Amino acid sequence: MELKLKIWRQKNQKDSGHFESYKVEAEEHMSFLEMLDVLNQQLIEQKKEPVAFDHDCREGICGSCSLVINGRPHGPQAGTTTCQLHMRAYKSGDTITIEPFRASSFPVIKDLVVDRSSFDNIIQSGGYISVNTGQAPDGNAIPIEKDLSSEAFDSATCIGCGACVAACPNGSAMLFTSAKINHLQKMPQGKVEHKNRVKNMIKQMDKEGFGQCSNVGACEVECPKEISTKNIANLNRFYLGTVFGGE
Amino acid sequence: MKLEARIPEGNLSDKWKKYRGSMNLVAPNNKRRLDVIVVGTGLAGASAAATLGELGYNVKAFTFHDSPRRAHSIAAQGGINAAKNYQNDGDSVYRLFYDTIKGGDYRSREANVHRLAECSTEIIDQAVAQGVPFAREYGGLLANRSFGGVQVSRTFYARGQTGQQLLIGAYQSLSRQIATGQVEMYNRHEMLDLVMIDGKARGIITRNLLTGEIDRHAAHCVVLATGGYGNVFYLSTNAMGSNVSAAWRAVKKGALMANPCFTQIHPTCIPVSGEYQSKLTLMSESLRNDGRVWVPKTEEDAIAIREGRKTALDIAEEDRDYYLERRYPAFGNLVPRDVASRAAKVATDENKGVVKTGLGVFLDFAAAIERYGKAEALTKGIQNPSKEKVTELGEQVVSQKYGNLFQMYEKITGENPYKMPMKIYPAVHYTMGGLWVDYNLQTNVPGLFAVGEANFSDHGANRLGASALMQGLADGYFVLPYTIGQFLSEEIRSPKISTDSAEFEAAEKATKDRLKSLFDIKGNQSVESFHRRLGKIMWEYCGMSRNAEGLKKGRQMIRDLKQEFYSDVFIPGEENEFNPELEKATRVIDFIELGELMMLDALERNESCGGHFREEYRTEEGEAMRNDQDYTFVSAWEWDDDNPVLHKEELNFENVELKTRSYK
Repeated sequence: MELKLKIWRQKNQKDSGHFESYKVEAEEHMSFLEMLDVLNQQLIEQKKEPVAFDHDCREGICGSCSLVINGRPHGPQAGTTTCQLHMRAYKSGDTITIEPFRASSFPVIKDLVVDRSSFDNIIQSGGYISVNTGQAPDGNAIPIEKDLSSEAFDSATCIGCGACVAACPNGSAMLFTSAKINHLQKMPQGKVEHKNRVKNMIKQMDKEGFGQCSNVGACEVECPKEISTKNIANLNRFYLGTVFGGE
Repeated sequence: MKLEARIPEGNLSDKWKKYRGSMNLVAPNNKRRLDVIVVGTGLAGASAAATLGELGYNVKAFTFHDSPRRAHSIAAQGGINAAKNYQNDGDSVYRLFYDTIKGGDYRSREANVHRLAECSTEIIDQAVAQGVPFAREYGGLLANRSFGGVQVSRTFYARGQTGQQLLIGAYQSLSRQIATGQVEMYNRHEMLDLVMIDGKARGIITRNLLTGEIDRHAAHCVVLATGGYGNVFYLSTNAMGSNVSAAWRAVKKGALMANPCFTQIHPTCIPVSGEYQSKLTLMSESLRNDGRVWVPKTEEDAIAIREGRKTALDIAEEDRDYYLERRYPAFGNLVPRDVASRAAKVATDENKGVVKTGLGVFLDFAAAIERYGKAEALTKGIQNPSKEKVTELGEQVVSQKYGNLFQMYEKITGENPYKMPMKIYPAVHYTMGGLWVDYNLQTNVPGLFAVGEANFSDHGANRLGASALMQGLADGYFVLPYTIGQFLSEEIRSPKISTDSAEFEAAEKATKDRLKSLFDIKGNQSVESFHRRLGKIMWEYCGMSRNAEGLKKGRQMIRDLKQEFYSDVFIPGEENEFNPELEKATRVIDFIELGELMMLDALERNESCGGHFREEYRTEEGEAMRNDQDYTFVSAWEWDDDNPVLHKEELNFENVELKTRSYK
């Protein structure tokens, strides 16, 4: 299939950036990133600079890939990362627009690569359980309800890609932050530090310049791991609890 | 060079306990004055950096990723082994030890493997305490499943994302240490050289991948946790960025590379679909708990399937060859990976392959769906359920167990694996070989340690499923933090290591010169094209089966490729900016040299064992034929551009009798 690509090119953080158009020949079994590999190979053969994009595992779990494809983070399919998207979703003659994740807390490094270290900072502010190596009791010492553990997993499945932020008109990181807080709050081991965790992580999130959540819900739609906005609702409740007392 | 394994005296089961209790300690006030560099932040690196930080050492941790959470440990699907015996099925530390030694085809150290089995139980406890949401039973206790090569159920899991959950646990512990300032984290920094001062590893040279800046970092010792080198094959289940360079730079500085030819080819991966393919995707071994592997009995049927005239469903039960169940009745579909991979190759060599390229076999869940469906109907009290109802219920059970894997398969292939058997084929997955280390996980270079997949230590010639996570975390949480003290206790009088020394200056200059000379080639071929060609040579001559003639030919081809690389590679962009092509170039040239060493190692080892199958050494039934008389040793290679030198560490088996490995 023959495709037209409109790709965001930006030399570095200071450059203002612009779109460039390319043509590429793809096959339906290719992944989206393999299609970009083909384009880059063409560019290198013409002694031009290839398009920079973040990617690594190419199986939907590392959270590196991060493109906005025709206006949607990770492209058109539900529950799919860019690297899992395959070209059978497109047909010959299509024009595809590819941009980086856009949010002020994710500055562009080059072309389609953005800096997501603000997410690491949020985790460092409290997204953990304070247990040193060697301090743990037997794994079966505390039984945990099967369904509860499974719900915790549903939050813990977050890959930290940042699609939620890119999808949000406010550039809010509430889905990311609330997923971590819900994961740890559901496990008995995580309850001890819960209140401080909520306070500190919210504070850090604001400090990183992420916007407020206004319940748009785009984050849930675009999340490649289909993390629910229930996490956000819970976090709002937790936050009120830590500020005004109660739960 | 005499290789000192430094295995403690005493009974196998007491060695580690006694040693741990009698090791030199570093007092807290001295820990504060000692600096440790950890390169790589996957399971082994993150757990080591976090634990060393907790102990009070000053840690600098490095990753080429934008965050420690991206390391490829994250992609491990199926689970992690531990000898908890929660299932009361006869498991024990000894049995896990024995299974691992046997699974590794008797090419690993008894003492290391026993220690690994001992540490396995603590890992689960630690992960649970970190909040890892493992699968649980209705009673709230931890659930288990089975993996290949064993007859007990000792694998703990978090759906098909066990690696992710364990890595996030280690990453969170690491994040906590970063927040306290005990660990200084350097994201998007790649190690380009090891710095040695007075024969000890004292630092590294890094490139800031965002700015291209070359930096010096000094410490009292250096830990490499930089993973495996499966990407030498270009196509593998490794992530695109996984590379050998940190380890290879150490080899260039005198560290030994052990058993480089021991590569694990994983039997269940999604087959190659075309020339453009950039990587391969694993389908977890856990699927073989319920999936049955087969090909058609006749070539005619196989050809008909390949040409699209028939589908799997058109092949009657009696016309299918469930070859693993036929050849290995005791373990059936759960034979170890090397055995399952070779059996798939035998089937496709007989022209029974079921995908267009001929390189694919079926992994079929129809029987499991029916079995689970019937059981579920019974529990739900449904009398005489219809076939459709049974299928519906069975698919629900299978979806609960493997839902995300089935979904992943469908996304990649566009086929529904509930209705049509999966098509799978072996692919490079893990490398048992790695930097040679002693019992302390220290390489032959004083002050240089290697943990996780980067070392060679525990898996012999073949790794059992769900043991990589176990080893990475055992090394990082429970072994290195102790054994590093053996070295550091001797360093308490060493002042802070300065980066102003002549050694650092020379290493920095060498790195800059190396990068510049790569740029200056200004040839015509892309880095990627060299990598692809290297991969094809490796797969053809050093892949699932090898022979002397092919290995010699392969080695020469690689040497030619290296020359061509140095005369015709083209790297676009500039040095002092974010430049992924430059990163790739430094990695690919290291892979090329490693590839040559792998060929040499495979050629020198005149036997078949584990993942290393030499066509000249096989039984009449086509099984691997080991040669314990001459090859019960670890090959540890000293690099030399022309003639690498082989050093041998004899393996002594005091507790286990060497037997022909049989899964029949």
